[in-house]
Amino acid sequence: MRKLWIGIIILMLFNACKSNTKTTLPILGYKTPVTKTVDGKMVTDTEYATIPSFKFVNQYADTITQKNLDGKIYVADFFFTTCPSICPVMHRNMLNVYKEFKDDDNFRIISHTIDPKYDTVPVLKRYADKLGIAGNTWWLLHGEKDDTYKIAKSYLQSVSEKNPKGEYIHDGFFILIDKQKRLRGTYEGTDPAEVTKLIADIKTLKAEPDQIAAK
Amino acid sequence: MKIKVIGVIALLLVIIGASCQSDQIEFKRYYSGGSLVYQQHCQNCHGDKGQGLSALIPPLTDSVYLKNNKAVLACFVKNGLKGKITVAARTFDDEMQADDIAPLEIAKVLTYVTNSFGNKMGTVTLQQVQDDLKNCK
Repeated sequence: MRKLWIGIIILMLFNACKSNTKTTLPILGYKTPVTKTVDGKMVTDTEYATIPSFKFVNQYADTITQKNLDGKIYVADFFFTTCPSICPVMHRNMLNVYKEFKDDDNFRIISHTIDPKYDTVPVLKRYADKLGIAGNTWWLLHGEKDDTYKIAKSYLQSVSEKNPKGEYIHDGFFILIDKQKRLRGTYEGTDPAEVTKLIADIKTLKAEPDQIAAK
Repeated sequence: MKIKVIGVIALLLVIIGASCQSDQIEFKRYYSGGSLVYQQHCQNCHGDKGQGLSALIPPLTDSVYLKNNKAVLACFVKNGLKGKITVAARTFDDEMQADDIAPLEIAKVLTYVTNSFGNKMGTVTLQQVQDDLKNCK
């Protein structure tokens, strides 16, 4: 009888742990309180930072704006094709994300080149082919340098021009964005363990009620 | 007489044993130093398992390619590599940047690469690297 009780207590403990597991991701970035009038009542709501509108061109020479990402969860990063340092590691890891979600039309990866002078559309297409990516899951985006550098800030990323050694400076982060264009996670793109976490987090995010509801 | 012969044989064995051991020590020193050089200078592109990256960066797992190009590997590291090459039955034609590291570091990293990822080619010594570098094109 005593053993039975111990068994029940252990089971209850296990269940308690289970219900504690996180089912939503945090929302990152600056928050601003906004007071609105809803149904004649003053309501204070929290407004989260979102990715602003943009216009770039992908490796197929198609124009891509924020509208093409409406209703999609996506991951963003910054790179350039001749990058000798961290980019190959980042994209070796990003390939795992691509393989996991390439059949999901509500998911995208966008990689902004920070060297638009060299990384023209044909160069990006060639890179995509050699990387072994096809279709529309993963876009390599070309744009004006100022536009790219400006949008990097919205993703909490710092990129800059060539340093005296002739290298571009950029962070190697993968940024997870939800369907409301809010920041939901940052991951060290050079670390396979972090990228495994990113894949798990994307699955968690996809299952959130307001992600399922969003179109 | 018999004792003398045994003594000579024993002495020879000790010498061979000692020289083998010092070869072993030399190999280990080159290899472990080489793994650090690899992490700093090569791993980002060629990968922690020498797997390369799709059709962009060749793998370092093709033992036949490494054997056939043994004498020019040092030049590849020092001067970089341009143009088409065929590795593991695939064609690659992107550029590898030059990396002007010391000949001793080249010897270490080549010892590491040619004895990792399924390769087994023995120690690449400093002397060999210095000789090979003289013949770079």
